[in-house]
Amino acid sequence: MTTIKFQLEPLTCPSCIKKIEGKLGKMNGVEEAKVMFNSSKVKATFNTEQVTAEELQEIIEKLGYPVLSSKTA
Amino acid sequence: MGKIKKIHVVIVSGILLALALMFHFLDMEIWKNTALIAGTFVAGYSIAKKAIQSVMMKAFSIELLVTIAVIGALIIGEYVESAAVTFLFLFGAYLEARTLEKTRSSLRTLMDMAPLEATVLKNGERVIMPVGDIEEGDRILIQSGEKVAIDGRIVSGQAFINEAAITGESVPASKKLKDQVFSGTIIDNGYVEVEAEKVGDDTTFAKIIELVEEAQEAKAKTQKFLERFANVYTPAILVLSVLVFVFTQNVELAITFLVIACPGALVISAPVSLVAGIGNGAKNGTLLKGGEVMENLAKIDVIVFDKTGTLTKGKPAVTGMKAFGMKEEELLKITAEAEIISEHHLGRTIVNEAEHRGLTLTNEPEDFTVEKGHGLYATVAGKSVVIGNRKLLSKNGIQLPGNIESYAIQEEKNGNTAIFVGIDNKLAGVISIADQIRAKAADAIRQLKAAGVKHTVMLTGDNTHTAEKVARQLGIDQVFAEMLPEDKVNHIKRLKAEGYRVAMVGDGINDAPAIALADVGMAMGAAGTDAAMETADVVLMADKLSKIPYAYSLAKATVRNMKQNMFFAVGTVALLLVGVLLGKIFLASGMLIHELSVLIVILNAIRLVRYKQREQGEVKEMRAAIPETK
Repeated sequence: MTTIKFQLEPLTCPSCIKKIEGKLGKMNGVEEAKVMFNSSKVKATFNTEQVTAEELQEIIEKLGYPVLSSKTA
Repeated sequence: MGKIKKIHVVIVSGILLALALMFHFLDMEIWKNTALIAGTFVAGYSIAKKAIQSVMMKAFSIELLVTIAVIGALIIGEYVESAAVTFLFLFGAYLEARTLEKTRSSLRTLMDMAPLEATVLKNGERVIMPVGDIEEGDRILIQSGEKVAIDGRIVSGQAFINEAAITGESVPASKKLKDQVFSGTIIDNGYVEVEAEKVGDDTTFAKIIELVEEAQEAKAKTQKFLERFANVYTPAILVLSVLVFVFTQNVELAITFLVIACPGALVISAPVSLVAGIGNGAKNGTLLKGGEVMENLAKIDVIVFDKTGTLTKGKPAVTGMKAFGMKEEELLKITAEAEIISEHHLGRTIVNEAEHRGLTLTNEPEDFTVEKGHGLYATVAGKSVVIGNRKLLSKNGIQLPGNIESYAIQEEKNGNTAIFVGIDNKLAGVISIADQIRAKAADAIRQLKAAGVKHTVMLTGDNTHTAEKVARQLGIDQVFAEMLPEDKVNHIKRLKAEGYRVAMVGDGINDAPAIALADVGMAMGAAGTDAAMETADVVLMADKLSKIPYAYSLAKATVRNMKQNMFFAVGTVALLLVGVLLGKIFLASGMLIHELSVLIVILNAIRLVRYKQREQGEVKEMRAAIPETK
């Protein structure tokens, strides 16, 4: 299990939380996805054998939220 | 890039609106409508895109409502309406992002203080390395003006260090050999070499950032309530708008109702205040772990202090000694030898005093037993030694003659802790130890009272005479002395059972159980002690009592701000809905008011970023009357 944090552009609408958490959470290999609204970050715990950090980033960006940086804990 | 794009879209659609207005005055109807439709599509595109994205995620969003409303407006030919609504919506979102940024700015300024590289001594050579590559045990060289990149101890040199990033104090602290330095602090003046003890995410600085980020997400009760409310509110509004349509047969009105009712300001009203409040605290070395802590702290009516290390400096010193049947030095030597393996702070004080006087401690204690809260037994050089309070001595059949008892009481009334030493079942001496009261302790207590704390309590394992003297000097209402650690826990339990909302202040190590049990646990001087940072609800990085009234007033101001925002947001939505139903407010004007209300809520929260505690009266330098240590 790996935990990664994506830094997004400032999030403004709380409804984005549901969108991102919902989509990421449903992905194969993602244990937990949490949006930290106030720091505009997405924290995801995932299994590296099933899914990669790049794939997660791609999904977030597809939803309309460019990823500025990411950091693996 | 995204942000530039957004503002560009806003500007283009704004220009198109202005053009439309110009064409309107020139009576060029076709050009006017073309400009309006173009404006609608320019601004509407990104809104519709988000709307479609959220529909695919089966999430309900305001963008969807706006898109429906705009399409409706286009169909019935209300081009002014459609262009104005899309423009206002985007412009509002842009301004919100900008201002929200401000409420989050405190944390950002903190994060910007993180250094990126450092000079490391590797194999005798100076190498500039990125922070991420530094390892524990590396020797870091730091000059004036440079940032400390790791947590560690000074192995050479000395400096004045600005620790604002950690403690919120901008007055530089003097640091010398063996002193601890923290990542994120800045060398104001001087030069030091530091051996890295903690690097990367383990540093206190990194932990603060992490803690604040988590705290901002930890929801307040009010917030949870708001979310439950929104869960009922949104479907209710949907049903209501259908009813509006059924009764009025007016699609426009129904959609307007739906869009205007969207609880934008309401949803962010509580979080923005909290984020601003928590951020302000963090910048001032006061970490509040989330919304609920904020609310609890604001409601506190009893505040309980641990004495040693909290109200006093926690650096006790031997202030007097009386030996019976032996020399003072001899008494000190044998006591220190017995205490050498003790971890008790009074024991350490005696050992330090012996070393200070140049005594060499030769004998090792045997049969060392601690009687928790009372003292200890040990055998030193064949002699059985008992060190501790009255109870421990009388338990061992050692009686105090009247004159010695009155000497001890006198010492205690002067603020000392009297420690009795018995050797081979006979009283051998009394050692007096005193701890200095912290500067401005009395001010802090007074400020807390002025800010609304009803009752202050002090708990201590120390004797009654000393405890009462300290309490009197500080203006503390109630004292409980001679308490064992579990008594402190029980006392907190009792206060809570009596219905008080209790805050407990301590150093976060010795009194961790009491801190964990209290409604709000506060740890003081927590920089560098991970355990204290983890246990406490409110972590005061600096070793300063003045941060306690600050935290309390900040919590009150934040909760007040949150309430103002909620009332304002609810009020605005209610008025708007009534206005829509009475036909006084239309989509564009409703959108304008709606966006304005969101902005006002954010602007109100920004006040908290700048919040400073009001100075309460003259702040006098309060000197402890307890004997000065040398």
